[in-house]
Amino acid sequence: MPEQLTESGANAALKIRNLNFFYGDFQGLSDVNLDVEQHKVTAFIGPSGCGKSTLLRTFNRMYDLYPGQRAEGEILFHGKNLLDKKQDVNLVRAKIGMVFQKPTPFPMTIYENIAFGVRLYEKMSSSEMDDRVEWALRKAALWDEVKDKLQQNGLSLSGGQQQRLCIARAVAVKPEVVLLDEPTSALDPISTAKIEELVNELKYEYTIAIVTHNMQQAARISDFTAFMYLGELVEFGKTDELFVKPRKTQTEDYITGRFG
Amino acid sequence: MNLYQRRIWSNRIGIGLSMLAMTFGLLALLWILWTLFSKGFSALSWEFFTQDTPAPGSEGGGLRNAIVGSGLILLFTTLVSTPVGILAGIYLAEFGRVSRFAATTRFVTDIMLSAPSIVIGLFVYALVVETLGGFSGWAGSLALALIAIPVVVRTTENMLRLVPTSLREAAFAVGAPHWQVSLKVTLRAVKAGVVTGVLLAIARVTGETAPLLFTALNNQFFSTDMSQPMGNLPVVIFQFAMSPYDNWINLAWGGALLIALLVLGINIGTRILFRTKGQR
Repeated sequence: MPEQLTESGANAALKIRNLNFFYGDFQGLSDVNLDVEQHKVTAFIGPSGCGKSTLLRTFNRMYDLYPGQRAEGEILFHGKNLLDKKQDVNLVRAKIGMVFQKPTPFPMTIYENIAFGVRLYEKMSSSEMDDRVEWALRKAALWDEVKDKLQQNGLSLSGGQQQRLCIARAVAVKPEVVLLDEPTSALDPISTAKIEELVNELKYEYTIAIVTHNMQQAARISDFTAFMYLGELVEFGKTDELFVKPRKTQTEDYITGRFG
Repeated sequence: MNLYQRRIWSNRIGIGLSMLAMTFGLLALLWILWTLFSKGFSALSWEFFTQDTPAPGSEGGGLRNAIVGSGLILLFTTLVSTPVGILAGIYLAEFGRVSRFAATTRFVTDIMLSAPSIVIGLFVYALVVETLGGFSGWAGSLALALIAIPVVVRTTENMLRLVPTSLREAAFAVGAPHWQVSLKVTLRAVKAGVVTGVLLAIARVTGETAPLLFTALNNQFFSTDMSQPMGNLPVVIFQFAMSPYDNWINLAWGGALLIALLVLGINIGTRILFRTKGQR
């Protein structure tokens, strides 16, 4: 039954249709079609250079920052095409948050790291802001560790804490979708476990799309998995099914470690 | 073994030569400082800071008018060149990376960086002093700002280019508009470096004489009126050092020492600023 939902896209937060992506003359993505299910975790796996990060970066139009990069096709979000030139990119990014591979705290206090994004789109009193900061830090399971040092610089935290701060920062703006681009590849196993736990909890309120080079991680935390290779979506389906009985030989070769 | 021995010796010779070069450079610096201290230190008295430059032939005197004048001219130089330089640097690094206009600006900035200061002085003389009909502190500040701005632009741009793309992307990812990303995130990340650039630019123009000769000229009397000719340390040093009066020559040495200490102080200050930032 859920299989059907993905195909019909009734509960899709993002519907990707005929997406092509170009780095100048080089085509990074070819004809990608897929639905990112609401309140589920969708993982993107594949060897380096397969286009999984490229795909993720089209969801919030991060590629817009770089002249020469362009996307064609449709990414439907609430029925509107995100790739539309008229679409306000800043609003898109406020609704579709992103966390990157390396922790990137802003050069300001822990409190300000969270408040920065919130202030851009909401006017609130300082006590409301205090509440929001606490709420976001609790969501990211960081509150207990930093509640006494909110005025310290965000860079003073450990790598794992910095990454959770970045997740709190993304969550604080109350987005609908959270994009995670290899969020644990720079972290130690304990921090990784914490982030994975977090992803499992966040999915009840947010739609999550995660790029990972770690297949075990994809198998552990995702509901759906997309396997990509050379800019194409090779296989997409429920994680249990894709890992247990992949339909394509390429997928099987990759997940059994025969290449990649 | 022979080859090994040779390598040891060429290493020793290499290190020896570079030590020699370093000693030579350092010696020149120490020599200058020593001369300034031995000849200028005796001039640094209470009167040096409280009395104005003496008339020819009269006894005593100080450099109060020149110190205050230099301070005022530098103050306005800083007030003009800091915002203009930083904003231009932000434009070059954050907004105009690939535009033709930015490339041209960058090129012109590089030329300005190495432009002889006397040319700048002459330019401001023709543009401001001649048209407004008189030497003034404003003209002096303008000339110095023209020298300082390219330095600030360049350091700001270079510093901002060191900001990792990931930080910039992260700021965009929360939905921040470009100007907020630049001012509140990337500029903040390199605050120490940008401040250093501003301070070094000030240090650079503190001792500039040629542009002031054409613009602020000099003023024998105490004045805080920026629209009038204004006393300033470099020009006073220039005039007094070549005069026949002993007390004038003495004051010139004192003024030279003061400027040297100021520039040295700024440089050491920026070092400390950078170190404490780096250690965090």
